[in-house]
Amino acid sequence: MRRHLNTLFVTLEGAYLKKDGAAIDIRHEGKSRLRVPLHNLDGIACFAWDCSASAALMAACAEANVSLSFHNPNGKFLAASNGFTTGNVLLRREQYRRADREEDCLAIASHLVAAKIANSRTNIQRALRDHGTKSIDRMDTLRMTSDALYPKIRSALVAEDVDSLRGIEGEAAACYFLGFSSMLTGCEGEFAMKGRSRRPARDPINALLSLAYTLLMHDCRSALESCGLDPQCGFLHKDRPGRPSLALDLMEEFRACLADRLVLTLINRKQIGRGDFQKEESGAVLLKEAARKKVYAAWQERKQTEILHPFLNEKTTVGLLPHLQARLLARLLRGDLDGYPAYLQK
Amino acid sequence: MYVLIAYDVSTKTPSGQRRLRRVAKACLDYGQRVQNSVFECKVDPAQLVDLKTRLLSIINVDTDSIRIYNLGSNWQRRVEHHGAKESYDVDGTLMV
Repeated sequence: MRRHLNTLFVTLEGAYLKKDGAAIDIRHEGKSRLRVPLHNLDGIACFAWDCSASAALMAACAEANVSLSFHNPNGKFLAASNGFTTGNVLLRREQYRRADREEDCLAIASHLVAAKIANSRTNIQRALRDHGTKSIDRMDTLRMTSDALYPKIRSALVAEDVDSLRGIEGEAAACYFLGFSSMLTGCEGEFAMKGRSRRPARDPINALLSLAYTLLMHDCRSALESCGLDPQCGFLHKDRPGRPSLALDLMEEFRACLADRLVLTLINRKQIGRGDFQKEESGAVLLKEAARKKVYAAWQERKQTEILHPFLNEKTTVGLLPHLQARLLARLLRGDLDGYPAYLQK
Repeated sequence: MYVLIAYDVSTKTPSGQRRLRRVAKACLDYGQRVQNSVFECKVDPAQLVDLKTRLLSIINVDTDSIRIYNLGSNWQRRVEHHGAKESYDVDGTLMV
């Protein structure tokens, strides 16, 4: 069983990561800043323009199953280092075969989408329960969103083809994000949000969401890699060169419960405020560096929360969820499971 | 589990100095140096066996000694730090 290990975030410009014995040594201007044994880590994520790593470190990471990825400071994925392709080729072949068959894609994708919508709705319902009574307007919006999402869960499960499934997903997402800012408490004036916008994010919430999704993406991708699946070959997302479609598929069920909840918590607890953002002339809204660090720290903390996995009935940490779900997906492809048990948050 | 490793290696001879360096290196592969010859390592039982074997193969049992303190998995409340050279928390947020 894989254990939950720590992720190392590097945000220091000019950092050089090198291997030192069985540890990673982060050097900056000729001085060692931090030295951590590799066996205590399961991921290294660099968020800086000017950050480099030695080939020896990349090799050691590949061997120790530590995912090493590079992002720009705003979280956009740039590159990741991997060793030779590992894992079970038979499993991957089966993955490609199923991805080629429309009905198999639909069988997996419908569960992913249904779980995504159900988890989004759980967020809305939780907001309604916890602080819905504070204003009538908000209660109405939340209730309306929740009611609109409910039938979509069912229609996702009985969708006839993947294209209509994508349509249902799009509608549900649009509806959910319209109600998203109603889940904020006491600071709606500061944070307005009119639906999802990305590349660039046009308001603070979108900027936060994008960063949180990037972090989730890093974890989903490495989870798939470590289970021997090909993160590029998806069931719901179409193949496109360079796009980690399966990782995006796997992300769907976690977006609401991991990323969205994190964003809501950060804002509702006032850990991040309006002053943590800067607006570019292009209309893009970016997070300032100190705020980004807060997000990384909150993400790491969230990953250590212990929960009970509803399907496996096992105590685990939030950080291991992508790994467990990737394993269940592999079990499905191997024929040990009849359907994909997507993760549903309580 | 979390273990604390402290050692005394006699450095009267050149080979002793070599042993000292090798012991430190072995410990550095598994944990962090918190004081000159004191290390804290977060290891699983298998890794601890590896580390112990490696250390025992380096030291000279007539002149050197190693002490390993097991702090268990609930170690946070068993460790207190005062003064300079703050160490990092291996379970906390690691960010530079």
